[in-house]
Amino acid sequence: MPKDLSHADKASQIMARRAEEEGIDLVWDRYEAMQPQCGFGTLGLCCRICSMGPCRIDPFGEGPQTGVCGANADTIAARHIARMIAGGVAAHSDHGRDVAHTLLLASAPGSGDYSIKDTDKLAKIASLYGIKTDKRELRDIGRDLALAVLDEFGRQNGTLVMAKTAPPTRYAIWEKNGLLPRSIDREVVETMHRTTMGVDTDYKSIIRQGMRVSLADGWGGSMIATEIQDVLFGRPDPLRSKANLGVLEAGSVNLVVHGHEPVLSDIIAAVASGSAITEYARTKGADRVNVVGICCTANEILMRKGVPVAGSFLQQELAIMTGAVDLMVVDVQCIMPGLAKTAECFHTKIVSTSKKARFPGVEHIEFSEERAVQIAESIVRKAIDNYTNRKSAKVSIPDVREDIVAGFTPESVYGILGGKYRATYRPLVDAVASGRLRGAAGVIGCSNPNVPYEEAHIAMVKELIKNDTLVVTTGCNAITCGKHGLLKPEAAYEFAGKGLQEVCAATGIPPVLHLGSCVDNSRILRVLANIVSEGGIGKDLSELPVAGAAPEWMSEKAVAIGFYFVASGVYTMIGKPLNVTGSPNLYRYLTEEIEQETGGKWAFEEDPVLAARKMLRHIDGKRKALKLKPMMYAQAFPEGE
Amino acid sequence: MKKDTTKKIYFDSEKCLGCHSCELACAVEHSAAKRLLTAHLEEQTPVQRRNVFPVSGSAALTVSCRHCQPAQCMDACISGAMSRKDGYVQCDTTKCVGCRMCVMVCPFDAIKTGTVYVIKCDMCPDRDDFSCVHACPTKALFALTAEEYAAFAGDRKTPVRGGAL
Repeated sequence: MPKDLSHADKASQIMARRAEEEGIDLVWDRYEAMQPQCGFGTLGLCCRICSMGPCRIDPFGEGPQTGVCGANADTIAARHIARMIAGGVAAHSDHGRDVAHTLLLASAPGSGDYSIKDTDKLAKIASLYGIKTDKRELRDIGRDLALAVLDEFGRQNGTLVMAKTAPPTRYAIWEKNGLLPRSIDREVVETMHRTTMGVDTDYKSIIRQGMRVSLADGWGGSMIATEIQDVLFGRPDPLRSKANLGVLEAGSVNLVVHGHEPVLSDIIAAVASGSAITEYARTKGADRVNVVGICCTANEILMRKGVPVAGSFLQQELAIMTGAVDLMVVDVQCIMPGLAKTAECFHTKIVSTSKKARFPGVEHIEFSEERAVQIAESIVRKAIDNYTNRKSAKVSIPDVREDIVAGFTPESVYGILGGKYRATYRPLVDAVASGRLRGAAGVIGCSNPNVPYEEAHIAMVKELIKNDTLVVTTGCNAITCGKHGLLKPEAAYEFAGKGLQEVCAATGIPPVLHLGSCVDNSRILRVLANIVSEGGIGKDLSELPVAGAAPEWMSEKAVAIGFYFVASGVYTMIGKPLNVTGSPNLYRYLTEEIEQETGGKWAFEEDPVLAARKMLRHIDGKRKALKLKPMMYAQAFPEGE
Repeated sequence: MKKDTTKKIYFDSEKCLGCHSCELACAVEHSAAKRLLTAHLEEQTPVQRRNVFPVSGSAALTVSCRHCQPAQCMDACISGAMSRKDGYVQCDTTKCVGCRMCVMVCPFDAIKTGTVYVIKCDMCPDRDDFSCVHACPTKALFALTAEEYAAFAGDRKTPVRGGAL
């Protein structure tokens, strides 16, 4: 199973074969060497929280049923999963904090390298925070907003401002169940406190705090990151670009930006296209500097600047395998520590930039927002200088790339559906109500070498759109869909059901909408909230005919995202289960009982087509409860199956 | 590939970290679906045929049937259930009456009492290899033929790491 790349895009297959021929270890080889992986950890029955342990619960009942402290399988599995959520929330939210800090700098007197690009959004978000916008300087509004947002992180009481923008029915559910996040940092700290030795023991109580901290991500840190990035770097609008390793250019300096935050990469993309830099590149024999992205950094600058995407999480080493990457600049999150070793086999230079992330043997050029352009320029020049070290005999760029349309937002969807003068979600709601569309699904998340690369992503998305379900996507699923040609409007005619085809034909959208990076999952929450306020197909998020999925999840961030969707009332499907199956009580709570509290629940299904059908069945259940019309066209997926 | 039944399972105590992975894998192999994620939920809780014991210091010892020759359990069996097939000591569960004589005579405590018949290592008849050996993350458990083990152990005069378990 591990090194099965038969479902992956052609470029990945070619590069993985090259690595095998040259004896270079990739993530799949390391995964294979790691087998067998520990069954106790897989089941969530291993506890390392205190040094009376490590403890393990025997799932078969013969060995110990409690840890040294007396914690049983339920407590141990719940504590572990809550800490995973806190880890994911911390990652997204710290990203949001940095962006808010950048807004503060951009608003300071004496202009720096950043400015406020989207004044509409600035006014909209500022008014959410109760900041006056009338007849005031942009800078003053920006500063007040930045300070108000930064205050959300460390505040002691109250409720996160963005969480108050959820539909009233949803807010009431959170209030009733004690899930309203007070601030961001406090919820992370409280989760760590509750799950340390000898504090919270009730698995349901632990998971409820897990949901509360996850909401501080979805309706907090991530939403802040998304909205403030739109203010600073501009709100995305749908645009055309290309995806896959074939976007690397043999005759150009290839600079790959990898990681998550657009704060540096946006500047690099701007600097690299300047005439002085192009001139300098020509003196070294290159045509130009070609900036391309990997992971969510790619999504961020793709949707705002149209910068091509070189690949997803599992392609970071494969990009280096082309021998054509002159410099890869990394910041935070999803950067494989193995990257430096792969780079040693080629001329590729890796440069780390974040205060928070250093890599042994990797050159570190510390990024600071105060000197952004200067630092970006020195990195780009370094890439150009390294171009001369490239050995043409070692260069092998697969001639594989796919056209994509990316950069949809809750705001641009208004315009696309309703037109400029009567922007509305009404046509979308009507299409669902009349049975032309079954509903919508968010398919997101990582890639993981524990399943055949890209099989689950693609099989699930195709099954959904074949059954007239509009798919919205972010993160590495978005990149995967792009590489497999699903982000083109034409894809509707090849893969979508008749109803979805009609919607795509009328509006010109692809059947799968690229909504951005992993913090942009907050955009999906926003779309759902907008649909509720449009009215007609449900008064709460949990009544909507929608579902979420992360078929190849890997990161703690995916766990946090999954929980904020469940806590927001969404049926959330993942492939390999969360590490909780060793506790039947916790498993039952997450996959059944939790629905009584939040209206959402978890589902685990490793077969991607069956998983998609379970999502479709869930959507059908919601349609039935809303008494919507029967589906307009005969379905490939039989309703009674 | 058919299983090489001349292989026995050996153990290097210096490599064992006491992780219990061999126990877990053994129970999963003897479940109905042979699937880690659901094995503990099956109606008939699967039983592991291998146990990890602590020994002096922080060392651990993993013990299962050594398929002795001669085997005291075979001599003690009153129903003829315990016999040697393909070199391995096997319990024919259709013949076993659950008298537990074998449990009492086993010098290694490697036979467990079931509700009807006794339960012991069957050397994974459904696999080409052995689930406990496959699961061992440090290769403290390994499978070799007698000849291979002799070569591995080398000159008998030098101290030998490991022994058959």
